[in-house]
Amino acid sequence: MGKTIAEKIFAAHLRDEPFPGTYVLDLDRVLCHEITTPVAIADLVWRNKDRVFDPTRIKAVIDHVTPAKDSKTAIQGKILREWARRHDIKDFFDVGRNGVCHALFPEQGFIRPGFTVIMGDSHTCTHGAFGAFAAGVGTTDLEVGILKGVCAFRKPASILVNLQGTLPEGVYSKDVILHLIGILGVNGATDRVIEFRGPVVDAMSMDARMTLTNMAIEAGGTCGICLPDQTTVEYLWPFIKDDYANQAAALEDFRRWHSDADAVYERVLDLDVSNLEPQVTYDYKPDCVKPVGELAGTRIDQVYIGTCTNGRLEDLRQAAEILKGRTIAPTVRGILSPATPKIFREALEEGLIAIFMDAGFCVTNPTCGACLGMSCGVLAPGESCAATSNRNFQGRMGQGGMVHLMSPATAAACAVTGVITDPRTL
Amino acid sequence: MERTFGGTALFLDRSDINTDEIIPARYLTEVTKDALKPYLLEDLLLDGFDPQGPALQQASVIVTRRNFGCGSSREHAPWALEVNGIHTVIAESYARIFRQNMFNCGMLAIELPAADLERLFALQTAGEVQVSVDLAAQRVVACAGDQKFECGFEISPFDKALVQAGGWVEFADQRY
Repeated sequence: MGKTIAEKIFAAHLRDEPFPGTYVLDLDRVLCHEITTPVAIADLVWRNKDRVFDPTRIKAVIDHVTPAKDSKTAIQGKILREWARRHDIKDFFDVGRNGVCHALFPEQGFIRPGFTVIMGDSHTCTHGAFGAFAAGVGTTDLEVGILKGVCAFRKPASILVNLQGTLPEGVYSKDVILHLIGILGVNGATDRVIEFRGPVVDAMSMDARMTLTNMAIEAGGTCGICLPDQTTVEYLWPFIKDDYANQAAALEDFRRWHSDADAVYERVLDLDVSNLEPQVTYDYKPDCVKPVGELAGTRIDQVYIGTCTNGRLEDLRQAAEILKGRTIAPTVRGILSPATPKIFREALEEGLIAIFMDAGFCVTNPTCGACLGMSCGVLAPGESCAATSNRNFQGRMGQGGMVHLMSPATAAACAVTGVITDPRTL
Repeated sequence: MERTFGGTALFLDRSDINTDEIIPARYLTEVTKDALKPYLLEDLLLDGFDPQGPALQQASVIVTRRNFGCGSSREHAPWALEVNGIHTVIAESYARIFRQNMFNCGMLAIELPAADLERLFALQTAGEVQVSVDLAAQRVVACAGDQKFECGFEISPFDKALVQAGGWVEFADQRY
């Protein structure tokens, strides 16, 4: 019987099977940020086990609230910073070099096909775009990961999502994943890996694939995963060029992770996206999704472009295309948070930042801030936000606020008109 | 350290209660578990539920519906339960990360089939529901007034071992 990519990664990393159906895996990456790591650090210190299994496989960033907004967030940053220093964790990203973890770590070349990755952050599933098994975990799993380099998982049953056809003009990977979550429901993929394949995925950039895998957790999925291909090789080439004779050799090596033709899937979903429309969420669950037309005209107070879902260069380009030569509605506050300093700089050099600023947007430093209502764009009660983020939970961006999830192009269109708008009509 | 599980039940009759509702992100700047105590379920909007009310203060067990604990991976959610003396949740299903966080902390996330859960919910009409859990025998007993409901539950041997060990750190430390 053939294996899926997830099963191959499990087999290659299996340390222990303490009970039937429980797989303890060796970890290639343990990623850390300042919100969920400090309690793990404090517990390790309290247990007199303030050690790390391998400082080169641990990467850390301050990203959720940065620069610190108050004493409490300053203390969280300080705990992470001092811990990284005392354990010689060289890949620690602080103010000036820091960005949203799930954009920054891939950009640094830290994620490779076949890797096992955990982080104390539910959107860790993003890294599956590189053909890695990447899962969000809580602080205790993170703590054991830091100390022992292992994490326990159940058998990785997979759902195969075949994306067929071609994406129409003005429709993006964000629309695909919102539509899919609408089909699966918020627990439709619980304890499952979602494997994305088909010509639509093949044609996607790494930026677009990361948008797809980022939201696997919103259907309950453990990981979203794409098969590594030439696009993956090209993205990673600056980091792997010394390891392979040429790109063809790298591709050949990566192919060993591909799911076998006779791999077994719990469910197969064929989805033709050729007639898909831009998608927007309503209500307080990410599976409450409608085509943009059905929500057109809904008032918007704030537009937020950024986050680990859609704060990458390609996302900024798609929004800028709509905003170019236009100004945002006077009733709207526009906020752009490029996800990393590199993205910020490239957007600046391409003239994208000027387009956003000319349109009336405020440009913040890279941070998760507004997405979870922690800083840089919290909503007041009764306000609504058109956001390129991944969660529309009640109170997510501020108590009493409403979040409508959508693509960067649709969010930009909303900024221009002040109401929910189909970007293809502008 | 093996805990005892059970006590007065609080019923939250809704599916998909997420970890933002269990403990809002604005409190994630706390670096101790105890600091989370006053904020448990602060943002949960549910008819008849008052986050400041006596029902939550008296509760040691939460009984709820499907996909409890979805969303953010924040272990602050089980911690906020723990520091409020709630070491047991009974639901039809959970989000994966929340469920693992509960077991990793040595707490119980019990899954019951819909029919059993329905009977547990129905017990409320007889008065305050007291739940006791026998982990070794994998049985739940619930009493209200003169009525009683009893059923078995499934738990993976790994998750059971974590709870019996007091959590994943204790288990992993002995073994790896």
